[in-house]
Amino acid sequence: MPNQPYDSSGSIIQRKRGGPPGEGAEKGLITLPGESEREIEDLAGGTYLTTTVDTMVNWARGNSLWPLPFGTACCAIEFMSMVSSHYDIARFGAEVVRFSPRQADLMIVAGTIVDKMSPVLKKIYEQMPEPRYVIAMGACATSGGFYRAYHVVQGIDEIIPVDMWVPGCPPTPDGLMYSILKLKEKIQRGEIRR
Amino acid sequence: MSTLTKFSAIPYTGPAPTNREPYVAVDGPAADARGAAIAAALQHPGMSQELGQDMPSFIVGKEHIVDVLRALKESSEFAFTMPLDLFGVDYPKRESRESGVGSRSETGGLRTPTPDTPPPARVGSRSETTDLETPTPDTRHPGRFDVIYQLYSLKNNERIRLKVRVADGESVPTGTGVFKGLDWYEREVFDMYGVIFDDHPNLRRILTHEAFQGHALRKDYDPAQRWLLTENDVARIIPKIDPRFENVDTDYERVTLNLGPSHPATHGTLRIVVTLDGETIIGADQEIGYLHRCFEKMSETHTYQQVIPYTDRLNYCSAIINNVGYCMAVEKLLGITAPARAQHIRLMLCEFMRIADHLVCIGTNLVDMGALTNFWYLFQPREEIYGLIEACCGARLLPSYTRIGGLAVDVPPDFLAKSQRLVDMMPKFINDVEKLVDRNKIFLDRVVGVAPISAEDAINFGFTGPCLRACGVPYDVRKASPYLGYETYDFDVPIAEGGDTYARFLVRMEEMRQSLKILQQAIDRGLPEGPVIVDNPYVALPPKAKVYNEMESLIYHFKLIMHGIQPPVGETYFQVEGGNGELGFYLVSDGTKNPYRVRCRPPCFQIYSAFPEMIMGQTIPDAIAALGSLNIIAGELDH
Repeated sequence: MPNQPYDSSGSIIQRKRGGPPGEGAEKGLITLPGESEREIEDLAGGTYLTTTVDTMVNWARGNSLWPLPFGTACCAIEFMSMVSSHYDIARFGAEVVRFSPRQADLMIVAGTIVDKMSPVLKKIYEQMPEPRYVIAMGACATSGGFYRAYHVVQGIDEIIPVDMWVPGCPPTPDGLMYSILKLKEKIQRGEIRR
Repeated sequence: MSTLTKFSAIPYTGPAPTNREPYVAVDGPAADARGAAIAAALQHPGMSQELGQDMPSFIVGKEHIVDVLRALKESSEFAFTMPLDLFGVDYPKRESRESGVGSRSETGGLRTPTPDTPPPARVGSRSETTDLETPTPDTRHPGRFDVIYQLYSLKNNERIRLKVRVADGESVPTGTGVFKGLDWYEREVFDMYGVIFDDHPNLRRILTHEAFQGHALRKDYDPAQRWLLTENDVARIIPKIDPRFENVDTDYERVTLNLGPSHPATHGTLRIVVTLDGETIIGADQEIGYLHRCFEKMSETHTYQQVIPYTDRLNYCSAIINNVGYCMAVEKLLGITAPARAQHIRLMLCEFMRIADHLVCIGTNLVDMGALTNFWYLFQPREEIYGLIEACCGARLLPSYTRIGGLAVDVPPDFLAKSQRLVDMMPKFINDVEKLVDRNKIFLDRVVGVAPISAEDAINFGFTGPCLRACGVPYDVRKASPYLGYETYDFDVPIAEGGDTYARFLVRMEEMRQSLKILQQAIDRGLPEGPVIVDNPYVALPPKAKVYNEMESLIYHFKLIMHGIQPPVGETYFQVEGGNGELGFYLVSDGTKNPYRVRCRPPCFQIYSAFPEMIMGQTIPDAIAALGSLNIIAGELDH
């Protein structure tokens, strides 16, 4: 897929031209993620959009990520901040926090992973249904952080594949939110298949 | 340009610290006198006093330690009923020096006690051993490890330190028969140093994993040496069934259930394995160490100033309290005090952090019981507190705001106005949540009488903080040994009766109100004028403007960066009241820029070790509600 810049500010299907929605005004140009501008087709009295199944599915996936918080340490507290009232990730469609890996598609590894935890992390990752995505939140999950120590995994990519790394110790809730939006873009562009 | 006024214009003329001088405890003479009184009253042959320490301190022969512990606990005069801490310190040089000069033959592999030589001059102590009784040979036995017990007497509000010296491969009799709270501590010393405790009921590794080899806190252990754990190595935990339920025959099937370490109700990395009979818990065991980030080893490889960010990550819900506790411990070792302005700001931020800590605890505890509204609601004032901290130093959750000798930067000009706004808005949130749940039948059914612990047991386990006060014991470090000027503030220590989940909830709610009361007084007094960090170039960096313009400042800057803070040789212990109880730091300095040993006494550790006992005979939902009310923070629990 071509790597195109995509404006994530509004709805995924953006009405570029044409009048307000309603009868007789459906003609216009739209842009789907990963595609160039195209015209809405008018067929058999209704308004249709032709695209590939993949594009549609990716669009839907990106808009409803169900995160599994693998929260171990301080970052989990900032994750809680992001989910709760002040920052409110519900505005971006990722508020359905699941604690069962079987019901989630995005694992947010929030906090230090130590050697004792690594088999658990691997097992839980393997329990997630595909496609699954992983965000390594914070310095510890990314690289072990400043714990260059005898019991700390030096970055979770030793154990599982990672899609997004978020810097910070801990990252601010807006930083984590930004990574979720970036991941959404990546999914909708169809870059990640796992 | 306020930073320019941080240091006086005249060159520093105070005493220059030298790392060759030993640490002199301010309260040393008083501690020595008290120690002599204790020794005279107990008349125990196994104890020999160590002088010049910050609390009465004794060296005890290892075969006497259980007797001494029991005598101190059962003595009606002293009543050292609370085991505060037990940890090890490794002095490998002491052993080799001793074996080098001894009359022992070079080829001999066995080390024999040398009764005639006095105890070796050891790192971190200037004390001479005074013999009040005729010491048995073993009290003078040189060994590589110090196993240090710290006990507290609620009756007399005093502490005592007992040291047992053991050589590599030697064992110490277990003290679990005297204090239940020593169980996990002994496992920790075994894990970290390899000291074996004879007759310990369950001596296995506690913080590191099953495939780990060696003992991490020994000085010869490489800090970065990891051992990989695969799934095949993970040991199965089968909880022992409580004798009360062993022969009870019910119609239900017995099931073993594993909760955690990744479980929504455990708030972090706790793992509990329970055996259920129907719905009743008849056996429980825990595994911790899923967040063992090697705080103590990391501290030994960093300078005193660099340890501060690590302390943030102990109890990450109230990070500034940890900063303050650590910095004040180092300041005690250095013999300095932070300026009045810094102390005032520290006190205010500590109280804000205590409120934030309790807000998280109550909020998440209520989520576990299905009251999600309170969680959303309570996070709002908490975010406001973080906003204030962010305004002070730029970081939210883990600010690392304090420095040894004061604070990193001054607070913004509108600090008091912002604090006043917070103090004004906070009662509404607390009262609303109380109204929502306090007469709610569902809530009361879930918490009243759930997971109780008696005051006697709580003390025996070494509980401190809100969980101890919920049993009716009014112990609070802020009252018992005030710091930061807490003695000048008017506040009460809330206690509750029963020691159940409801009592813990009530104590936390009231503590937030008391914190607000302290904060209001602090705001009314106003911030003292002056610098926020001590005017001592051996501790605090000179301001940049002076570094670029004055030769002396440049030299001080260079010296401090290259050689770090070098406290005098010695050891000390300092305690503050953390969100969960007494947070203590025990430091050993050998005069170099890195701490020789930093021991953190995490309040969660002992509280959590009592958890199986508390939930025995209860149900899983009760256990979840109780766990939330204990506020176990994994970063602190696992160091």
